[in-house]
Amino acid sequence: MKPSAFKYVKPDSIRSVLEIISTNENVKILAGGQSLMPMINMRFVLPDVVLDLSQIPGMNEIKFSGESIKIGAMTRQREIIESKLLIKNCPLFVEATSLIGHRQTRNWGTIGGSLCHLDPSAELPVVARALDAVIHIESIRGKRKLAVADLPLFYMTPAIEPDELVTEIEFTPWSAGHGWGFFEFSRRVGDFAIVSAAALIELERSKTVCRASLVLGGVGSGPVRCKEAEEILLNYSEPDLIEKVCDSLRNIEVGGDSQASTKYRRHLIGVMTKRALRTAFERAQQPVIS
Amino acid sequence: MDTLIGENRNRLEDFTLLRGQAIFLDDIKIPLMKECAFLRSPHPHALIKSIDLAPALKIPGVETIFLYDDIVSFFGTNQMPFDQGDFVAPKWSYPIILPQYEVCFVGEAIAMVVAENRYIAEDAVNAIRVDYEPLPAVSDCRDGLRNDSCFVHQSSNRNEIGSIIATYGDCDPCFNSELFSFSLSLKQHRGGAHPMEGRGVIASYDPKNKFMCVWSSTQKPHKLRNVLSELFQMEEEYVRVILPEVGGGFGAKAAIYPEELIVAFASRKLGCPLKWTEDRREHFLSAIQERDQYWSVEVAFDSNGILAAIRGTAIHDQGAYTLAEFNIPYNCAYAVPGPYIVPNYHMEVKVVETNKVATVPVRGAGFPEANFVMERIMDHIANDLGIDRAEIRRRNLIPVDRIPYEVPLKARDGKPMIYDSGDFIGCLDHALKVSSYQEFSSQQQAALAEGRYIGIGVSNMLKVTGRGPFEGGMVKISRTGTVTIATGAAAMGQGTKTFLATICATELGLCPSQIKVITGDTSLIMHGVGGFASRQAVTAGNAVHLASRQVRQKALLVSSHILERPADDLYLADGKVQDKKDSTINLPFSEISKACSGAKGYPLPDGVAPGLEKTVYFEPKNLAYANASHVAEVEVDTDTGYVSINKYLVINDSGRIINPVIVNGQIRGGVAHGIGNALLEWMGYDGDAQPVVTTFAEYLLPTSNDVPNIEIYHFPTLAKNPIGVKGVGEVGTICAAATVISAVENALRPFNVQISEAPISPERLVELIHQ
Amino acid sequence: MHSVSMTVNNMVVSGDIEGRTLLVEFLRETLRLTGTHVGCDTSQCGACTVHVNGLSVKSCAMFAFQAEGTEVTTIEGVADGDKLHPMQEAFRTNHGLQCGFCTPGMVMTALALVNENPELTETDVRIGLEGNLCRCTGYQNIVKSILDGAKALRSQT
Repeated sequence: MKPSAFKYVKPDSIRSVLEIISTNENVKILAGGQSLMPMINMRFVLPDVVLDLSQIPGMNEIKFSGESIKIGAMTRQREIIESKLLIKNCPLFVEATSLIGHRQTRNWGTIGGSLCHLDPSAELPVVARALDAVIHIESIRGKRKLAVADLPLFYMTPAIEPDELVTEIEFTPWSAGHGWGFFEFSRRVGDFAIVSAAALIELERSKTVCRASLVLGGVGSGPVRCKEAEEILLNYSEPDLIEKVCDSLRNIEVGGDSQASTKYRRHLIGVMTKRALRTAFERAQQPVIS
Repeated sequence: MDTLIGENRNRLEDFTLLRGQAIFLDDIKIPLMKECAFLRSPHPHALIKSIDLAPALKIPGVETIFLYDDIVSFFGTNQMPFDQGDFVAPKWSYPIILPQYEVCFVGEAIAMVVAENRYIAEDAVNAIRVDYEPLPAVSDCRDGLRNDSCFVHQSSNRNEIGSIIATYGDCDPCFNSELFSFSLSLKQHRGGAHPMEGRGVIASYDPKNKFMCVWSSTQKPHKLRNVLSELFQMEEEYVRVILPEVGGGFGAKAAIYPEELIVAFASRKLGCPLKWTEDRREHFLSAIQERDQYWSVEVAFDSNGILAAIRGTAIHDQGAYTLAEFNIPYNCAYAVPGPYIVPNYHMEVKVVETNKVATVPVRGAGFPEANFVMERIMDHIANDLGIDRAEIRRRNLIPVDRIPYEVPLKARDGKPMIYDSGDFIGCLDHALKVSSYQEFSSQQQAALAEGRYIGIGVSNMLKVTGRGPFEGGMVKISRTGTVTIATGAAAMGQGTKTFLATICATELGLCPSQIKVITGDTSLIMHGVGGFASRQAVTAGNAVHLASRQVRQKALLVSSHILERPADDLYLADGKVQDKKDSTINLPFSEISKACSGAKGYPLPDGVAPGLEKTVYFEPKNLAYANASHVAEVEVDTDTGYVSINKYLVINDSGRIINPVIVNGQIRGGVAHGIGNALLEWMGYDGDAQPVVTTFAEYLLPTSNDVPNIEIYHFPTLAKNPIGVKGVGEVGTICAAATVISAVENALRPFNVQISEAPISPERLVELIHQ
Repeated sequence: MHSVSMTVNNMVVSGDIEGRTLLVEFLRETLRLTGTHVGCDTSQCGACTVHVNGLSVKSCAMFAFQAEGTEVTTIEGVADGDKLHPMQEAFRTNHGLQCGFCTPGMVMTALALVNENPELTETDVRIGLEGNLCRCTGYQNIVKSILDGAKALRSQT
């Protein structure tokens, strides 16, 4: 289990990255490599060129403009977990990131890498979708933005062209006092989630839901935004609301594999959603400490 | 002078291991050594139509590639040497070195590339073009028994290649009587061994001296030496197998594999050293496993829950080849009664081939499967009669006053099965007491009121340990005055060196740290058997004990001559033989050793043979039966099916304990393995026998979050061997799965869940809860 | 082949390697620091754990070139000559190892955990070992060793 031969390049500017990926075939961009490396070791991925982003300055910054938060694609997962800015403004992001892989892989794995790898059970695409995040993409042809909603093309394939580079992810944090919950079921601590659920809630006068976001991971080829459930949540505050929401999820299309059947995943959707929503409600009802 | 045995003692092995200085197989580098990689079948069953090596041979750095023809033209055979024992498998099931035209499982080696390094060797493997014609394959051993099933080998005429029957008494009348009865179907899966270090071999053939030196990460160095000797027709003195530091075995390294022979062959052919290191995917695909069994048993018992008869059949997945005698099926059939009295018994285990990697023992060797069956039976009787599960067990255990107890069956060595020692009821009672078993039901009620599902499980086990035929120990005081032990026992993490040194130190009046222990070097001890079946403390332990004692006696005898003091007045301490009354009269070991090699022209004293050393091969006259009672407390998240083990307790009888630190470590590791078997480890294949699990991301080994702290209490009764030891390596594993699953079932009693399989996944539990 | 250089166990080292050379391979084959082990090649088992710039990483999931210019610490850089580091000593006295193959990775992970949180609890240790597999010990004594090692390190400062 050793990698196949390839050309290893380590450019020091985005410009130079864009030139390389626009003129070479079969380039694999190496961010942290924590998902990619096992695939390369197993020779499931056989690149001609491996392009290491680690020399490019400024790609690992976390910035808050007052309106939106931008996270550089090369920001390590560990840096996200330790970011005071994110802990304060977007605890969902932090909570979900702390569940990615193992401690050692979080030390090296990046947010951009995880998003582009787009494993169906990965945590980051789920929270990015819950936050309506936008991905910034550059190529020699210019810059563009892509909503995370439009990121998955199909199984583990993002809607990013071979000559394009993801540079950062941007989202607007929810207002202070929002509630959040992220729950996943995995067989062991540190394993890929079988099903995950991310919930964001904003309450009016600590009672009625005025804004909601609910996203599931591990059920399809990409994160699944539960629009119908969100609508049920809006403007309601009755106690059996969560049951109703879970009912609305019964018809979501779910895939199964050797790790978990469709039926079990569907069952877990209800359980994880319930837990994520309950926690989000509890947190939204707590007074804001600033 | 028994003070050292039984003491807690840090291990001698750890100082090098902890600094990263120990030399495992892959750490060995020999000048001019090349590396090997194997082309393996991607098909469960296929014909090889053609192989094109040309693109691979063109790659710079590739030396050569070996195929079937090379093997056969050199050895004149393609057959792996192996022991069949009493059970004869059909010819098609004999293990082969490399296939000629038919591959029978995914992972079967087809060709070996030799290259400058492993990266290039793997490049070449990927470049070899093979044209396969896929054939139908048997995946599920139950399907293999059907009339319309395809065959595992083209030359097969059946998939059931044998059957083991263990029987005594007369079961049938018990089922046509007033007695209670039920039938039970169980499905079991054990998964792989997965030592953290995979297999690996280095061979270095010296053409000038016609000498073959092989390092292998194996549990049986002497067996490998013997096989190589026979295959190459080279005397044992010209084949040396050296055991490097071994990163765990658990059964996976107890077989002799084609890779070891091909690497040795290639080194001989090329005249340069070669290395092959197994990677994890190869371990998944080509290292032995111990896998699927389907049991169907009937049980008859009276209104008090006393067993009258057990009869049934099991279907055992043998894999595509029979690497050794039918030892798992044999053990499965014979080990069901365990520590219980089963008055009438009839069990047939059908051995069925599948297009999967071969199954031979993984930690426990059929005993975990048999134990699971028996312990499930106990729980069923308890539930049927509404009698407490521990009480049912107590009623059926062999009472201490019937020990020695002869089971009306023959052990695999043909001798009667006699449980020589043990107090099974005492052990169980102790477990119930220290676990506060009786108080659990009130805790359970309280938890239930909070919506929490907790459960307790209790099981008993018995394992034959210390299997023969022998193990050797050579104990030597050298001219430097230091002591060396050489043994055929294979160390692979069990603290073998420490406990052997401890046994020897006790006899020679030294500290264990003053003794060097060399395990598994065939040039230092001519015969050896190796590490498996929880045997080395019993066999090598007693061998070293007896050899040390004889070296001590010789040192006393020789010193008595030289010091002119009666031997009875002398004793060994601090590396010297001293006079008991006057310690200024003494002789250092170095002087005694030198005296034993004699002086030119002068005869040695009467009755003194040359050398201050002794080799003893200990042949156990009877097997040592270790036993234990386990208790587990679990909580089940009924929403997700997740099981957490809150408490685990072991009462263990492994006879006399040489070093409690090591013994407890073995038990804990064994329990962890059993927890994996109960809840996590699943080596999945699809319906076409294609493995769906090939990495540690899919194969779930227990992690630090899955194994609780394990409380251990010893309840020793002495075995009938000089030290009184019994084995411990597998003992923790045997009933761990049964205990955990019993606890899970107990937690889910409000849902009337009955569990008849291992491992039990969260998904399956949710399914059972909602049934 | 290209030249790579980094600092390993406080020594500046370099070597000519292929781009595909894994960090663990560079350490083991080029530098002959064979204490770092490969147990799975897929970043699951943690036997290959080393520190890069003070953080624990799995060296089978990194190319050597990714570590260019970094400070790497391996198990060989932990003891002070023949004197075991308190964490190693804690593993020795608590029987925190059996076959010893996973041990270098365990010790390196333990050191990183304690570095981050000197006051860590049993739960912290157990969760912190999520990326390290051991088949021999059942983990109990590893956890005990790390807690003991942490204690010894606290009393040093």
